[in-house]
Amino acid sequence: MRSSAIAVSGLRKAYGDKVVLDGIGFDVAAGSIFSLLGPNGAGKTTTVNVLTTLMKADAGTVRVAGHDVVTATKQVRAAIGVTGQFAAVDDLLSGRENLQLMADLKRVRSGDPVVTRLLERFDLVESADKPAATYSGGMRRKLDLAMTLVGNPQIIFLDEPTTGLDPRSRRAMWGIVRELVAEGTTIFLTTQYLEEADQLADQVAVLNQGRLVAQGTPEELKRQIPGTHVRFRFADLYELDAAARVLAGSARDDEELTLRVPSNGESRSLLALLSRLEEHTINAQEFSVHTPDLDDVFLALTDPTSTDPTSTEHTSMEVIAQ
Amino acid sequence: MSTVPTPLADSSIMLRRNLKHTVRNPVTVFQAVLFPIVIMLMFVKVFGGAFSVGDDYIDYATPGLLVMAISYGLGATATAVNSDMTKGVINRFKVMDVSRGSVLTGHVIVTTLRCLVACAAIIGVAFAMGFDPAASALDWLGAIGVIVLLSFAAGWLTVALGLAAKTAESAGMATVPLIMLPFLSSAFVPADTMGAGMRQFAEYQPFTPIIETLRGLLAGNPSSGDAIVAVAWCAGFALLGYVWAVSTFKKRA
Repeated sequence: MRSSAIAVSGLRKAYGDKVVLDGIGFDVAAGSIFSLLGPNGAGKTTTVNVLTTLMKADAGTVRVAGHDVVTATKQVRAAIGVTGQFAAVDDLLSGRENLQLMADLKRVRSGDPVVTRLLERFDLVESADKPAATYSGGMRRKLDLAMTLVGNPQIIFLDEPTTGLDPRSRRAMWGIVRELVAEGTTIFLTTQYLEEADQLADQVAVLNQGRLVAQGTPEELKRQIPGTHVRFRFADLYELDAAARVLAGSARDDEELTLRVPSNGESRSLLALLSRLEEHTINAQEFSVHTPDLDDVFLALTDPTSTDPTSTEHTSMEVIAQ
Repeated sequence: MSTVPTPLADSSIMLRRNLKHTVRNPVTVFQAVLFPIVIMLMFVKVFGGAFSVGDDYIDYATPGLLVMAISYGLGATATAVNSDMTKGVINRFKVMDVSRGSVLTGHVIVTTLRCLVACAAIIGVAFAMGFDPAASALDWLGAIGVIVLLSFAAGWLTVALGLAAKTAESAGMATVPLIMLPFLSSAFVPADTMGAGMRQFAEYQPFTPIIETLRGLLAGNPSSGDAIVAVAWCAGFALLGYVWAVSTFKKRA
């Protein structure tokens, strides 16, 4: 059995009447990347705050690095590193001083080159002696993460680490996260970006309105929603009607004037579909091949109009029994 | 593992951090020193001639100006404490199990040091303007003691105000009453020259006995009655500030 770095069960938290976390539970294997995915206000940050001892839950148990967050707060804090949603760097101090502050507080032996090493690793050497206030968004995040790494925590919590970063900085951040995991660190990551979870996570849990509506590997989650399909758009309802008649197994959307046809996406099957339309002299204004990504899963699972998020009929997912 | 107890070691690390902030941001020190000096010039050179206080006005006004220098520098502390709380850096310290009080004691000590710098500047300018205290070495020591005590007490109260405020701006504003109080005390004119109502307020408000104690010490004839009341006020402020600050800090934690 794999050891779990984080084990959560029956976690509840409410602010007054507003229930933020409604009994969530999950397990994070040591040395893996776990991603908590959810829209704004789903309760991601609250979960991080509870797991990192910043906030007390109303009910449920949380064990981090084998210690209970309530009774063994000190041991938990010794094992974790946290990079919050807003870069927690000291603006008036330089990058080097920020890192040195962490090293001092963690009682790293003086003479340990940890500060220099981190500055090099995060490519911050050039601006090491400039105040953090002058850093760009990407540099601040890097410094923030570097500060978290002082003292080599076993488990790192990253709350939306790439929100607001440009694509290049985001990729750099992903690279760093992968390196950390390669070194054996466990990563708990929250994100709104599905691509990020898809790229990084071993396990994904989807949080919506305080409940976990699905969890599994990115592949498992993607399997839950309609597979690869071709989408045609037509000029008017008449053409849409005609196309719907000739293409078997299609699903139409009258408002969008689109028709969705299952397909494996191979060129031969596409050609067959197009030929069918041509035979009946139907012209599609545009067509696209659509491979399901986590976006589809996310939108399907977190649809605010669906009252019961677990009612989706897909079987391959691990729907959390309510 | 370090042999120094954790809270003490943490406090000294935080103190170093706050000291660096102060050095990086000399404007706060400059303001804390400059404004009281401007007030000083105004009162001594402009209004002072019209006041009849029994001796040289500079000798009368200096103790009050020292208190003003202390209270004027507090706004920066309240703002700094508040932005520590709102900027996320505090969460990092909390997750790292930094001893809770150290973040606050760092601010209090730096505030006290900054007040001492401001007071030293005021005394320097006062001497340049003809200040002629009759204080003995022991009196000076007592005066410095009162200044340190007041700075420390006001520091805790300000940290509490900074913690209780919702935003950094309102934190700065919260210290305005502390800046105004010296004006409504015996700092610039004797309380018994004031109108009814104002006079009673001036006599019983905390800054008057503190200023009178300093005035007595610097004039070389300390009054123990004022001194006891002054020390009691300072101790009260420090205790109130400490309890308030710590409980607010826990609540915001």
